[in-house]
Amino acid sequence: MRRRAILSYCTAGVGALALALFVGWWRVDGPGAPEPEGQLPLPLSAMSFRLTDHEGNEVGPETLIGRPSMVFFGFTYCPDVCPTTLSDISGWLDDLGDDATEMNVVFITVDPARDTVQTMAEYVSYFHSAIRGWTGAQDQIAQAVRGFRASYERVPTESGDYTMNHTASVFLFDRSGRFVSMIDYHEPREFAVPKIRRALEEES
Amino acid sequence: MKRRTIIAALIPIVIFAGFSAPSQADSQEILVDDVWARASIGISRPGAVYLTIRNTGGKVVTLVGIETQIADRAEVHRTATDANGVSSMAYVGDLSIAPGREVELKPGGLHIMLMGLKEPMLEGSRIKLELIFDDGGRIPVAVSVRGIAATGPRS
Repeated sequence: MRRRAILSYCTAGVGALALALFVGWWRVDGPGAPEPEGQLPLPLSAMSFRLTDHEGNEVGPETLIGRPSMVFFGFTYCPDVCPTTLSDISGWLDDLGDDATEMNVVFITVDPARDTVQTMAEYVSYFHSAIRGWTGAQDQIAQAVRGFRASYERVPTESGDYTMNHTASVFLFDRSGRFVSMIDYHEPREFAVPKIRRALEEES
Repeated sequence: MKRRTIIAALIPIVIFAGFSAPSQADSQEILVDDVWARASIGISRPGAVYLTIRNTGGKVVTLVGIETQIADRAEVHRTATDANGVSSMAYVGDLSIAPGREVELKPGGLHIMLMGLKEPMLEGSRIKLELIFDDGGRIPVAVSVRGIAATGPRS
């Protein structure tokens, strides 16, 4: 009787240890591991995703290769950061003048459930004409975000609605698709515009 | 450079007899300036209003509520961007302004979020809000709606 009790304690102990090890592995090295942070975006040539632009064209990372590119994430139900970013970018593009027509400028939504092709078309029409809006299936958006080493998260609000947390930086690539630099949210124009010029001038 | 400064002192505030002297109408010392909003696309998305609240008095004043006919709810929210460049938005609730200080609600920081718009915020129009302070004082504010790509009250 006593031996049996000891045996069951041992079994429980071993079970608990195995569980702890498994949880540890899951969270550190396994599928539950956090996305590596601070990594640089992949070159566009190493990314793979299929999306639709605001005019209904099928697009992917290869669409951007051949011209310098400026890419950022957001969603149209965002009342503060996204219109600010789009306004900032519109201002930078105005500063670049004719050079802006040499670039791809792409706004990828992280909220495809609400941001349909039509919604994106209406939204981008309020900003600089060079800005393209891309949307698509959830898994393709997720794949794009991973390629840029960006992140996003759906956050429910008290009213039963939801908002999206997302990377607000602007990614710059040269014409070969190599990552050049990043413009942080609300970075002043005198820093942002030279960064864009560098991406435009970068030879590959 | 048209500035719309709303001087709360001009607004009659009902003071109930039971109030003790020191708590009376500190919101009379509040100035509201640089009031603007971006136009909304339709009514399905939330709207954001920006303004500056200046406390010219000698005591802390707290903004405890916002009322408007144009939306179901109006709350103060804050946008923050972390070290990884990820931005998020959170409910702030009451907003206290120390004596002699001002709180600026501007893009990328604090804003008044209008949820459940009942009518679109059209460029060139004006919408009305009422700021409610902890002493019971109410300050009506007229918000000029600017274009969706506007970045400030004058730009």
